[in-house]
Amino acid sequence: MNTTDTIIAPATASGDGGIAIVRISGADARSALSAHFKTSSNRLELESHRLYHGYLLDFDGTPIDEVMAVYMAAPHTYTRDDVVEIHCHGSQQVVKSILNLYQSQGLRLADPGEFTYRAYVNGRLDLSQAEAVSSLIHAKSDSSRRLALSQVDGLLSRQIYSFAATLKRLLVLVEAWIDFPEEDLPAEDLVTITATFAQIVAEISVITNSYGCGRVLAEGASILLVGQPNVGKSSLLNALLGEDRAIVTSVPGTTRDLLEEGLTIEGVPVRLVDTAGLRESSDVVELEGIKRAEKKLAEADLVLFVVDSGQELNDRDFYVHSQCIGHPAFLVMAKSDIGKSIGDLSFCDFPAYRVSAKTGSGLDELRRAISTFLLDGYRPASETVMLTERRHYEALLFCLDNLKRAITLANDGSSLELLAFELREALYYLGQISGETTTEALLDDIFSNFCIGK
Amino acid sequence: MSNYNKSYEVVVVGAGHAGCEAALAAARMGCSTLLLTIGLDTVAQMSCNPSIGGLAKGHLVHEIDAMGGEMGVNIDATGIQFRRLNTRKGPAVRAARAQADRMAYSARMKNVIEAEPLLDLKQGLVDELLVEKNRVVGVRTREGLDFYGRTVVLTTGTFMRGLIHIGLNHYAGGRAGEPSAEGISGSLRAQGFRVGRLKTGTPARLSARSIDFSKLERQPGDKVIKPFSFMTDKIERGQVDCYIAETNETTHQIIRDGLDQSPLFAGVIEGVGPRYCPSIEDKVVRFPEKKSHQSFLEPEGVCGSEMYPSGLSTSLPLDVQLAYFRSMVGFEQVEIMRPGYAIEYDFVEPMQLSASLETRAVGGLFHAGQINGTSGYEEAAGQGLLAGINAARQCQDRDPIIIGRDVAYLGVMVDDLITQPTTDPYRMFTSRSEYRLLLREDNADQRLTELGRTIGLVGDARWQRYLEKQQQVGAATRIIKGGSVTSSNRDIVKKLQLGNLKSGLSLEQLLRRPEINITHLKEFYPGLGDFSAQALEQVEIAVKYDGYIKRQLEQVERFREQENLKIPDDIDYDAIQSISTEVREKLKKIKPISLGHAGRIQGVTPAALAVIQIYLRKQYHA
Ligand SMILES: Nc1nc2c(ncn2[C@@H]2O[C@H](COP(=O)(O)OP(=O)(O)OP(=O)(O)O)[C@@H](O)[C@H]2O)c(=O)[nH]1
Ligand SMILES: [Mg+2]
Repeated sequence: MNTTDTIIAPATASGDGGIAIVRISGADARSALSAHFKTSSNRLELESHRLYHGYLLDFDGTPIDEVMAVYMAAPHTYTRDDVVEIHCHGSQQVVKSILNLYQSQGLRLADPGEFTYRAYVNGRLDLSQAEAVSSLIHAKSDSSRRLALSQVDGLLSRQIYSFAATLKRLLVLVEAWIDFPEEDLPAEDLVTITATFAQIVAEISVITNSYGCGRVLAEGASILLVGQPNVGKSSLLNALLGEDRAIVTSVPGTTRDLLEEGLTIEGVPVRLVDTAGLRESSDVVELEGIKRAEKKLAEADLVLFVVDSGQELNDRDFYVHSQCIGHPAFLVMAKSDIGKSIGDLSFCDFPAYRVSAKTGSGLDELRRAISTFLLDGYRPASETVMLTERRHYEALLFCLDNLKRAITLANDGSSLELLAFELREALYYLGQISGETTTEALLDDIFSNFCIGK
Repeated sequence: MSNYNKSYEVVVVGAGHAGCEAALAAARMGCSTLLLTIGLDTVAQMSCNPSIGGLAKGHLVHEIDAMGGEMGVNIDATGIQFRRLNTRKGPAVRAARAQADRMAYSARMKNVIEAEPLLDLKQGLVDELLVEKNRVVGVRTREGLDFYGRTVVLTTGTFMRGLIHIGLNHYAGGRAGEPSAEGISGSLRAQGFRVGRLKTGTPARLSARSIDFSKLERQPGDKVIKPFSFMTDKIERGQVDCYIAETNETTHQIIRDGLDQSPLFAGVIEGVGPRYCPSIEDKVVRFPEKKSHQSFLEPEGVCGSEMYPSGLSTSLPLDVQLAYFRSMVGFEQVEIMRPGYAIEYDFVEPMQLSASLETRAVGGLFHAGQINGTSGYEEAAGQGLLAGINAARQCQDRDPIIIGRDVAYLGVMVDDLITQPTTDPYRMFTSRSEYRLLLREDNADQRLTELGRTIGLVGDARWQRYLEKQQQVGAATRIIKGGSVTSSNRDIVKKLQLGNLKSGLSLEQLLRRPEINITHLKEFYPGLGDFSAQALEQVEIAVKYDGYIKRQLEQVERFREQENLKIPDDIDYDAIQSISTEVREKLKKIKPISLGHAGRIQGVTPAALAVIQIYLRKQYHA
């Protein structure tokens, strides 16, 4: 990837928001701005890191938009190169005109994630920060954004560095014992070392335990609605969503394929998936829908098994239930407004909730239960590190394995070079997170994850 | 000018530990070889401590031996105390060490060299390097005599512009009692080499007659000796004891009082000394809280009376040296036979070498030993061997031998030298090796004998012996893998206290238990009794450390992937703009041969590596 030419891209999401930002990075950023920007105070020299009001002018001098613009001199910028940001009105038309203007002058439209790539290449971000930026771009809710920000801030990196520093310190000691058997060194005290390992194991475990929750916050959880036809799944989806997205009819088998809607439940980003009712069917289209629903079961973070409060339970409910067993699931008794006794519910040990899409009763309780379940009771405090990246999670699990084996070795009085081996490998895995060691494939993954403009 | 009317394929300058190995290797590989040295009486001289081996250094000696070098055989023949270190730790970090009879060591090496048919040993002080069109063609001695050689191996030790310090007095010298070589480093500078300065030191030698050994702790050697060389069956020479002496508060006060006469503290010495081997004055100043420092008192031979007090190297004036020794218990009446001293010398930054130890600037010129900023006889000998091999191979139009970090400490050392800046004299440690569990003394033969055979340094006797061992290892492994113990094997169950064996136990499982070793099994499986202890040891280690060995091999796999991503010689780092100037300069200077190699250069970040790899892929479709 060329990392020396000057690149341009919108830095805010597309869509007609209030203000859009167009970002330029590279050696020509400054001249690009001054060629087309006229400050309202008629200043010619722009000071670095100061926001000026003025107009952005087209080739012929006609104003494209009234803008605020800032020129930031390297190295104190996002990419560590010269950077210009133009804050314009957030219409797609305006943004497009600005991009056209500069592209026609030789600036290149940035690839996804390229600004962050440059920041990384120029040493501004370490790997975990760069990945956090990626999650930030993809953040779907407030809590996700906060989480991503805390990682850009380096909270995870700081923790990793501190573990690494401690382990390195102990490794140094162990290596000294190995290489200098005849010098007088501190006694080979494995008890203290083991205690420190145990402490780090505990601290890393706290972080790895946050992974499920961290991932849910960063990527969103998927919730699957299943149940036999006509029990009220689509209505429930509409009710949770607060608008009518799914078609609701009294004809069983209305929903033929998966319908996915994003929403936030108690701050947790969620993808709610409505399915075709699970039943034996001969309709080809419906069969395909059912097949897909069954496949989705395995991927869902939570399954809502919906039954109709107005109907006696029957074999088809039992069939759907049997499909849900083994997956995290709630029993939802829909249409509670027409509720009557529908039979013995003891066959199903899922947590049960009564709701009515018609009256809205029970919906809040269901929402709370869903979010509590997804966050596993975990309340992200501002100072805790949460894992959102699978790669980090796996590296830490490996690191934990190494440390646990190290503890066993120390307790068994095994020889020190094996202990050193485990420590070195533990450090290797920590390095995989902080970016001290890396491979190209890894970088590919990170940077293909990025959106234009960050 | 006159020229010696014989021209050589390989000319080796300096007959220290590096030079001897280089010359022997080249001659044994069939090259007409000249070994030139300042003094014929100091071949393979032990200028400092009279011992060979120790952690990581012992590993090096085993590797040199496996490839057909001389050091292991020489110390086995002349060692007067053998001691294995770390015997309570695992096999990877156990190491051999031996005290040598210094004179015998030197005499034997000289004999071996004199007996080598294609090798001429001559006295001569080299003053100048003869270079034509960036290629070395020979050397010129102080007397104005030219010796021509297709390749030259420089192993100058501490002789290049050597400056000896005792107190605030200093004089030119390459070693106590020998002249320095004043000309060569200038001639290297003229070729554009970056030449730096290092310092090392040695303690006074004490007269045994004047020491009260009854007041010192005796330290005997091992009863059962494991020799260095694969070819040695038994150590013949009589063994002697060492002793342990200690400094005390008075000693330290005397040293502190003498600091104003220390060239080190007066700033007279500019060269950097080894961090792992500081002088006693350094230790006293840097660790004031330590009330006492230990010193091993080692005899320098069986005939002479000189004793070497380890850990007490110094450059203080002789009267201060005498005063602090006499403050120590057992040394009240001690007499100094030779004073301790510090020596500064020129070295040539080894980052200017390629992995074959040939200099990049001057073709055919190889450097080995202290000229590369290393310290230690074993480090020197290892480099000497490799430089000699590669000089010879160049004469024979063969590709150089480059040993990987995953194969031997020799490989680790060379890679470190050509990659990492020298901050102080380089010494080998086991922790420098990432693949330590695989690079053991006990398997040096398995790692390197075949290579030595290919090169032409492993003779038939060693080769036969090696094949036999390998065959035994194979056969013993089959017994261990095939056999099992059940409750019907009453003898074993009872003797090894295996308790109630319900389902039987494979021998492999049994051997994996920490409390059981292969000699236990020998009793019950007579087949095993036919094999040598060395063969059985390999089987035992393979079983006991199976898990770790496998994991280490996986790491090696990852390492090789990066090593195999070669960086072409002609890469233009200026064309890769998104790496920092600092990184670019380093890459240009060191010219890494692979992406893995580049990654080991300090300051080359993962991001920079990624950029280089992307560039390589684009440019060379690698
Ligand atoms: N009284 C009452 N009726 C409801 C409620 N929810 C859904 N219904 C009715 O139940 C019928 C089926 O509703 P849907 O939401 O289409 O059911 P579904 O489970 O999605 O059905 P399929 O897509 O056919 O599988 C419709 O006639 C809805 O009006 C409720 O809470 N109360
Ligand atoms: Mg529906």
